[in-house]
Amino acid sequence: MIATTSTASATAVLVGAVFLTATVEMVEALTIVLAVGHTRGWRSALEGAGVAILVLGALVGVLGPTLVEIPLTSLRLIVGVVLLIFGLQWLRKAILRSSGYKAKRDEDAIYRETVEELILAGARPARDQVAFVVAFKGVFLEGLEIVIAVLALGTSAHRLGLAVIVALAAVVLVGVVGAMVARQLSSVPENALKMVVGIMLVSYGTFWTGEGLRVHWPGGDAMLVGLVGIFAVAATATVRVMVAGNEGIKEGQR
Amino acid sequence: MSSNNAPENQTFLWRLAAGFGRFWWDFLVGDTPEITVAVLVIVLIVAVLRDVAHANDAAYATLVVSSVGTLALSVARGRK
Repeated sequence: MIATTSTASATAVLVGAVFLTATVEMVEALTIVLAVGHTRGWRSALEGAGVAILVLGALVGVLGPTLVEIPLTSLRLIVGVVLLIFGLQWLRKAILRSSGYKAKRDEDAIYRETVEELILAGARPARDQVAFVVAFKGVFLEGLEIVIAVLALGTSAHRLGLAVIVALAAVVLVGVVGAMVARQLSSVPENALKMVVGIMLVSYGTFWTGEGLRVHWPGGDAMLVGLVGIFAVAATATVRVMVAGNEGIKEGQR
Repeated sequence: MSSNNAPENQTFLWRLAAGFGRFWWDFLVGDTPEITVAVLVIVLIVAVLRDVAHANDAAYATLVVSSVGTLALSVARGRK
């Protein structure tokens, strides 16, 4: 019963981490595809995005089964270290943005900049290479982070199929909502999502690093949920300290 | 024909390898080398605690506390 509960908790964290990572990255990719589509036409924009999705799918198809062959302890150590570094980078950025030390990512500004660059690229031929390349690069680069999250979380938990389905669901959901509202999703609370994803990735990274080093966690898999709580408290406390520090600096400047 | 293509293939493979290496460098190190270095040091310390000192409790406590510490230090560095 306890084992079932802890496995269910670990699965819930896996689903949440993959879904939110894919959502955040898809919002960023969608901004670029919409900018390309509105400025240079939809055919090349969708072709570029489609080819990028196919290449990313092939990467998962090739690397996924290969990674599963690596001994589980080694795989979990490698994946744990990668997720811990990746997660700490995300969390750091989200904390600095929340506390006002770093500008928040502005999808409207990114949309405008991409449109301006595409207009400067000149006349629009029938088969628009510029549009194709910009859409391909946007989707491929943002999608690579989804692929890494899917491969890392999916293979180390032996739930690659589930991770792929969850990521696809997030990509389709964001794509459909974006198509329905026909504009970039600037109202998505991207930094808050990034904070949650960072907490989940760091928790998974810490957990798998420990497992890879043959550390016995108190409570087994259920400790994963405990780690989410610990890092959530740490992130919240760090934001509060940073906000107070930032306000102190502003007061001093007045 | 093939001798002409050889340098081109080498250049392509070199660019591919360089691009792959740059991606992973940016991904894992980027502008936060302190995080990468700290995580590698943490792994080393936890491995020693677990396998040499056989101190499991100290190993997991060190892993969690030093990860939180790394986050706090890196955020403090990013503030400047």
